[in-house]
Amino acid sequence: MCPSNLPPLDAFDAAQHTLAELGIGNAATLTELFSQFSSQFINEANELARSGPVDPTKIEELRVRWLGRKQGIIRSITDNWLRSALPELKPIVGAQLNTLRKLAENYIEIELPKSMGLHQVVSSLSPSTESLQGIQVSATIPHESDLDIPLPGTRRAVGVRHILHRVMDDISEIFFSLGYSVAEGPEIETVYYNFEALNIPEDHPSRDDQDTFYLNSRTVLRTHTSPVQIRTMEKVQPPVRIIVPGKVYRRDSPDATHSPMFHQVEGLAVDEHISFADLKGTLDHFMKAFFGPQVRTRFRPSFFPFTEPSAEVDISCLFCGSRGCRICKQSGWIELMGCGMVDPALYSFVKYDPARFSGFAFGMGVERLAMLRHGVQDIQLFYQSDVRFLRQFR
Amino acid sequence: MKILFSWLQEFISLPSTDPRRLAEDLARLGFPVDSVTEEHGDAVLDVDVTTNRPDCLNHYGIAREIAALYNVPLSPLEKSAISASKKDPVVRIVAKDLCRRYCARIIRGVKVGPSPDWLVRRLEAVGQRSINNVADATNYILVAYGHPLHAFDLDRLKGGKIIVRRAKESEIFKTLDGVDRRLCTDDLVIADARHPVALAGIMGGIDSEISPGTENVLLESAWFDPVAIRRTAKRQEMHTEASHRFERGADIGIAMAAANHCCDLILQLAGGTLDPHISDVYPKQFSAPSVLLRRSELQRHLGMDIPASEVEQILHRLGFSLQPKGRAGWKCAVPSHRVDISREIDLIEEVARLYGYDRFPLRLPGGTGQITCKSPRALKEERLRNLLLSLGYDEAISSVLVGRDIESFGDQPMVALSNPLSEEASALRNSLVPGLLDAVQWNLNRGQDSFRLFEFGSVYRDLGNAYSEPQVLALVATGQRSDTSWNRERVKPYDINFFDLKGDIEQLLEISSHSQFEIDNANLPGYYQPGARLTADNASIARWGEFYPLFATRWKFRQPVFVAEIFLDTIYQRELAAPMAQPISRFPAVDRDFSVWLPKDVTFNAVQSAITALQIPGLSAIRPVEIFRGGSVPAGRYSLLLRVSLQSQEATLTDADLQAASTRIMDCLEKILGAHIRR
Repeated sequence: MCPSNLPPLDAFDAAQHTLAELGIGNAATLTELFSQFSSQFINEANELARSGPVDPTKIEELRVRWLGRKQGIIRSITDNWLRSALPELKPIVGAQLNTLRKLAENYIEIELPKSMGLHQVVSSLSPSTESLQGIQVSATIPHESDLDIPLPGTRRAVGVRHILHRVMDDISEIFFSLGYSVAEGPEIETVYYNFEALNIPEDHPSRDDQDTFYLNSRTVLRTHTSPVQIRTMEKVQPPVRIIVPGKVYRRDSPDATHSPMFHQVEGLAVDEHISFADLKGTLDHFMKAFFGPQVRTRFRPSFFPFTEPSAEVDISCLFCGSRGCRICKQSGWIELMGCGMVDPALYSFVKYDPARFSGFAFGMGVERLAMLRHGVQDIQLFYQSDVRFLRQFR
Repeated sequence: MKILFSWLQEFISLPSTDPRRLAEDLARLGFPVDSVTEEHGDAVLDVDVTTNRPDCLNHYGIAREIAALYNVPLSPLEKSAISASKKDPVVRIVAKDLCRRYCARIIRGVKVGPSPDWLVRRLEAVGQRSINNVADATNYILVAYGHPLHAFDLDRLKGGKIIVRRAKESEIFKTLDGVDRRLCTDDLVIADARHPVALAGIMGGIDSEISPGTENVLLESAWFDPVAIRRTAKRQEMHTEASHRFERGADIGIAMAAANHCCDLILQLAGGTLDPHISDVYPKQFSAPSVLLRRSELQRHLGMDIPASEVEQILHRLGFSLQPKGRAGWKCAVPSHRVDISREIDLIEEVARLYGYDRFPLRLPGGTGQITCKSPRALKEERLRNLLLSLGYDEAISSVLVGRDIESFGDQPMVALSNPLSEEASALRNSLVPGLLDAVQWNLNRGQDSFRLFEFGSVYRDLGNAYSEPQVLALVATGQRSDTSWNRERVKPYDINFFDLKGDIEQLLEISSHSQFEIDNANLPGYYQPGARLTADNASIARWGEFYPLFATRWKFRQPVFVAEIFLDTIYQRELAAPMAQPISRFPAVDRDFSVWLPKDVTFNAVQSAITALQIPGLSAIRPVEIFRGGSVPAGRYSLLLRVSLQSQEATLTDADLQAASTRIMDCLEKILGAHIRR
């Protein structure tokens, strides 16, 4: 069959008829016809590309003509040729139609906009976008060469959680995973809970270890979160696993490392068979979870009236890897928190059986942890609300 | 406390001459070393001694600990060179409950004068000032052995007697520092035949002080009751080297030995002869308390089994004498210097301490089978906070301790401290607003002109028989509301205003299941101008407004600052909102706009209620689109562009439906609200 046998047909007109009406009954003629349509499409597209200033409505017109959902050429061929085609021609019509559709899509969606400096922003082939709206929006976006991509993105103003609270959240999360619940208590506390029930009698010098703000002779601002240990044990029987985050107060003049108000997280675990080894394991896990797995812990004997044995916990210096630096005072270790086994004397205040139960408690300064982990040099920065400081901790 | 390396070496031979190594080992024993410095070629260690270990507030005590750690011999305490021949009743203890031992020795014919250089240097190295050779000798023994001694000028003691008694009520006595002290019957004094000559265990009297003319010295070495000493020292606001040790508990067993050491030193420094008479009034001799230590308890508290031989060794080295109780444990006799040990748990700690905390394994306690709970308000607070953060508020924490000058910000009087550090931090805040205004000022002064802050916190109230700490959320906002962009044409900034804050509060309150709010501007504190408040069931929920700069002169703002307070306790009483899904209509919504001029006093609220009352089918929203005053709008009226949305769940609204709705709305606007409809 000679190609010249086929008269030139306008694709749009031809698509309105069936193959039988067009008198096409063999594969070769069919292929020839599709190739004619392809050339026709490319000609139309090229003409558009050459036609000078960008006109997105022209692209849209081309799209509607070829790919339009209702009356487009591809659609019409599907409706008019494919359904009524002879069985042996059906696969050819399907394959050829597919090739033509891909060609048209590629040109209209990608090649043409590119050659006209338009960005592919709207999926104009999605069945629902018959309108011109999408294209018009894309036309307002500048030519690629005018778009300075490294310019900073437009940021919405989003607030930042206070770093101390974020640190407290982190601490809490670690202890939630170990089965601890949160307990709370008042900041205005009685002398009984703040001192006496914690085995700090009035006539013992350990009462002077914490400089205390008094409201009157029976009422203080709590100097630690430890009173909540007693308040909790009064209410519930073991097993107890609590953490107590909150504000505490000491009568220290403010400077770079002291503030009369600061934050603590207290922890308490009481149960049968809780030992010093459990205390060590718990805090070692905490330090690694909080500061990173490379951190090592060291426990040193100490004294607190409400724990025995008592310990200070040090971590290997985060800044020098224990080689010795200014921050760890050349020791390789940083003192971090106090802890110990609950002194059995406390159990008599809360009516626990000391022969059956044992437990441990610990208390950490949130500011100290935050200063170490985030390199904050002055404790006063936490309370000044300088947005240049607050916003550093996104 | 300052410890000299060379001084320790007089009591033990240290295995290492490296003071840093010693500092590390002391830390492992529970005596952290703050610093190691060098003075006159000697290392000076600044050692922290906890309040439970008065026996280590001296060189001998520290040496004893190190000897136990290294298992090296310690030079014995007793000095045999000076012995006493016979007893003499120069001392009488009246207050036997407060003074359990009193030793006195007399040295005659001393020459009081300056101390030799070596002694002056040593005292200076540990932070003490040299006075004279006799006084320095007592201080030297204090620093060496820890027992406080006092030297009297014997010739100034009336009747040459020492009487240990309670002070008489209102008895006046002048201490060494020249202060007249009014005493009471709880105070213990050392008196001569007539008057007090020392405030026992705290400070001597000025009249019997060792002076350059002193020839004969009476040296006191005694044991006083810790509580009595502490009470008197507190009452008199005194704190001395002696009281520091007595109130923690001195070693009753060392009193005579310390006196003998001191006599030896005085003889060496100031000459004279030791009176062979000796006084040691010690009615009830120290008998070592016996404490049972069970192996099972060691295991239970420490979580590992320490071999019995090691336990025995440790306690021996610390000076305990042990008597085995079969395989179960030991009866331990506590030496007189260990005033901190009276219970089994005290011994367990000693074993752990010397065994080495580092040698215990790391374990985690088993699970409890209990539910982990957050604080009851945690979820609500978290929801509010997350919303605030996404609304662009940064979180602040401001001081709870404030000055009384801002009391007028609170609804209740402030709770005052009885011992504040300063005027500016003398009470507990009764409002969060001043703290945030301070933050605003701080930031404006530093070139930050647009920001929003929030703080969750308590305010503090005195309820008479109790205190309460209600939770409040406070907000401040100032400057422009905008996103950070170079694209000013598209991202247009504008100044934060009253309705920005109102919008934020509306969104915050949507978290709660409160649904009915009253809005008014009644009972507002003076710092809101203009301001508004929201109440629900007569309880204040929130208030906000523009800060009125004339309310307080403390802040000088050159731009409007907006403030809000949300009273969380009321909100936390309700559950969080749990919205039920509403069907979304399949039929299109239609907007109808009405442009009207309304009389000034017809509020939008009135418009909304009037139109709602028409019960037009399908009416889904009534919104103000534009409000305008002045210009072409007649006086006494304002222009409102109103948008009403209509949408049916059942069908597409017909033109007739819409026409009917429009007509009714226009009627209502005109006839009920007195609007002039602009067509």
